[in-house]
Amino acid sequence: MNFIDNPKKLRGFEKHVRIEKVSRRSILKGLGVTGGFVLAAPVMSRQAFAYETGAGKMPHGVVVDPRVFVAVAPDGIVTIVAHRSEMGTGVRTSLPLIVAEEMEADWSKVKVQQAHGDEVKFGNQDTDGSRSTRHYLIPMRQIGASARIMLEQAAAKRWGVPATEVKAVNHEVVHSASGRKLGFGELAADAAKESLPSVDSLKLKAPKDFRYLTKGQISIVDLHDITTGKAGYGADVRLPGMKYAVIARPPVTGGKLVSFDPADAMKVSGVEKVMQVRGWPWPSKFQPLGGVAVIARNTGAAIKGRDALKIVWDDGPNGKYESVAYRKELEEAARKPGLVVRKEGDADAALKSADKVIVGEYYVPHLAHVSMEPPVAVADVKGDKAEIWAPVQSPGGTREDVAKTLGIPEENVTVNVTLLGGGFGRKSKCDYALEAALLSKELGAPVKVQWTREDDLHNGFLHTVSVERIEAGLDKSGKVIAWRHRSVAPSIASTFAAGTVHQASFELGMGLVDMPFEIANISCENPEAAAYTRIGWFRSVSNIPRAFAVQSMVGEIAQATGRDQKDMLLELIGSPRIVKLASVKDLWNYGEPYDSYPIDTARLRKVVELVAEKGEWGRQVPKGHGLGIAAHRSFVSYIATIVEVAVDDKGKLTIPRVDTAIDCGTFVNPERIQSQIEGAAIMGLSLAKYGEITFKDGKVQQKNYDDFPVIRMDESPLVTNVHIVPPGPDTPPSGVGEPGVPPFAPALINAIFAATGKRIRSLPIGKQLEA
Amino acid sequence: MIKIKINGQEQSWDGDPDLPLLWFLRDEVGLTGTKFGCGQALCGACTVIVDKEAVRSCITSVNDVAGREVTTIEGLHPNGDHPVQKAWRQVNVPQCGFCQAGQIMQAAALLMDNAKPSHDQIREAMAGNICRCGCYQRIENAVHLASTGV
Ligand code: FES
Ligand code: FES
Repeated sequence: MNFIDNPKKLRGFEKHVRIEKVSRRSILKGLGVTGGFVLAAPVMSRQAFAYETGAGKMPHGVVVDPRVFVAVAPDGIVTIVAHRSEMGTGVRTSLPLIVAEEMEADWSKVKVQQAHGDEVKFGNQDTDGSRSTRHYLIPMRQIGASARIMLEQAAAKRWGVPATEVKAVNHEVVHSASGRKLGFGELAADAAKESLPSVDSLKLKAPKDFRYLTKGQISIVDLHDITTGKAGYGADVRLPGMKYAVIARPPVTGGKLVSFDPADAMKVSGVEKVMQVRGWPWPSKFQPLGGVAVIARNTGAAIKGRDALKIVWDDGPNGKYESVAYRKELEEAARKPGLVVRKEGDADAALKSADKVIVGEYYVPHLAHVSMEPPVAVADVKGDKAEIWAPVQSPGGTREDVAKTLGIPEENVTVNVTLLGGGFGRKSKCDYALEAALLSKELGAPVKVQWTREDDLHNGFLHTVSVERIEAGLDKSGKVIAWRHRSVAPSIASTFAAGTVHQASFELGMGLVDMPFEIANISCENPEAAAYTRIGWFRSVSNIPRAFAVQSMVGEIAQATGRDQKDMLLELIGSPRIVKLASVKDLWNYGEPYDSYPIDTARLRKVVELVAEKGEWGRQVPKGHGLGIAAHRSFVSYIATIVEVAVDDKGKLTIPRVDTAIDCGTFVNPERIQSQIEGAAIMGLSLAKYGEITFKDGKVQQKNYDDFPVIRMDESPLVTNVHIVPPGPDTPPSGVGEPGVPPFAPALINAIFAATGKRIRSLPIGKQLEA
Repeated sequence: MIKIKINGQEQSWDGDPDLPLLWFLRDEVGLTGTKFGCGQALCGACTVIVDKEAVRSCITSVNDVAGREVTTIEGLHPNGDHPVQKAWRQVNVPQCGFCQAGQIMQAAALLMDNAKPSHDQIREAMAGNICRCGCYQRIENAVHLASTGV
């Protein structure tokens, strides 16, 4: 049977699909722009699965149809579609593995096929927000179960026995009463004719019968290709007659091309053409910045040609953006009241009457993703048809944006998703694919647009820059009775709408308004901050500055009251309870329904206790070493980290050991959870130690990995231990890709305090320990 | 006309002799296993082996390797079963995988030079290769495994 490529049957699940008038690709992701249609399929009824997720509310919702995702060939090979993008999390393996588990396919006979961008067909494909397993565990199981039932029905008919007497077991259907067996391949043609079982009738496997899920024994499907150089990333696409392009873009966001002289560039051997690229005014979502493209027979020639260009730019309105001055602005704003976004009790009064007030003002600068593979895309535009090959986190969004940019119907755009050499949120923005499409259209030939590392740093979508100011009021007994947290940072929404000065609910919901401590008087405020460059999602987003501030403050309170950090943390988290946030107008909660995914302090306490036990909190460490702890809920997962640091007398840091406990609910592949957490520790250490993008005259001052360093092997933690909380029955799955990052920096900073008595409030650490 | 032996095959180039070997390999020869990460010898993604030495192909010109023997990830072992490659798979090193060809070539060169490197030697020798996904713990373990027999 060929379940794939049967577009007519696409709507076979009509009764589960409702058409809603909700925001189209909610810029849009939660920014609340309305208009347009979205297909949403809320397939996870509460009765059937004990929990509901926000999957149905994503653009195009969920498609649960084995005919879209599964094909069984007569030779028995089962092809399963991976519709999310692979950027290192293992999702291209995990989601098909879930299908294979439930349909009783033998993984060694499964081939994974990457979906192109088509959300009407596949449902939402935005690979971001640590959502893939969370939103697709149940749908993928349902798809697998449906396929299994169709195969079983086909076998039962062939044998003339009731379907209840047959059972799929490891790639065959067996009738144990008669000992008959038929392989999946032999049943393929008949199974394709079977009617689709209704979702509500599906009975899923009991976890005790899992062969693959939760076992961590299956390696990623691309492992062999990666180790032999055969794995195909964006830059590896080669088409006949393809041209190679690099683009000189305005060095200041919002800047414009005034004039250029191509003469010297054209003299470079291999350069074929120099041409202008259309740009859009800032802000305009992911549209290209414009500039001058050099087209050549290879990338090296294009880069050399670009170096020889003479260009005059008009820097536009952001030409004065300067990081030192901007930081002062943020700090001043944080010292004055701002828009109140959460209020319980009366924090202002309680702070006045407090016996002691501890104030911490924390700074986290702009950060760049610097995924190992810089942005790159290939486009082939012919007439009113476009084909794109690109490492994109949002294949469906890319398709929409290419169509809009070229002014052609979406159906005429094919987006082929390559492997991503890292994403971290950068590749949720498809500007590079749009550039390739524009150039290909004009040249009438396939084009590869390659960004250099310098381009990546100079023209990216940076992590915001923020000042988080927390004032904690203590009574005579040392109990925290007041908490005022002001968060000042330019919003991602500024990349979509000019004049944005407040953070969006999804940013406020990342560790500000959802702060879980049990304190009587709480005020969370968001003073204004304007943006002067493109701000975008960066792995774990606003959770980075929030966890840094909140968890550093816990350390500061412990320090001021002479308490143990972990005890202080548990005391602040307070009693095991579901946190009620009545005063928060728009609690984002990562897009999840609160009754499935509430803030459960019992689970937060649990990861703290688990990491303290496994990470041997309180152990004796040598002189110059220190232990620090931090815990944070993000992407509806609970994480706690202990860092052991050693600081020598010159201020040089080493990290002998890291322990992280994670509660991500029901999970698929513990081995990939481990690798994500190991990686998150490195990324957390990179940003804590070095991460800083600064602006002068509107321009990013850093160029490459030398002045924007990331952690290398010789400075990486000697060992990172990962402790996964076994899920309770029916605990919904939650995020893994991002939550590991936020607690690392504050745990490290608390450890540095324990080792040296120095309290760092401004990231990166840089030379602060050297004095 | 510059002649180079790449993975045992003779290749020639009569374009710009200063063209970085990286782009010659990727765009002209079509060996895309070698990756571009920085272009400035800062990340190691473009590492190839020239004669017996690990070299950053992004700052090595085609002219620099004239008449020499270049091995890329595609040519490291005919079936992809070099001990380093096998160890990489056994330890499940990669996340996104983009840095891994460079890491593997660097590790293979290290083991040619020092068959039994200590953990400190591994950490030092591999420090020129960035992995933004942060696979270092596993890379270190895989190099160690490759050196002790897979
Ligand atoms: S691309 Fe050559 S070292 Fe980075
Ligand atoms: S595996 Fe992604 S950069 Fe190393």
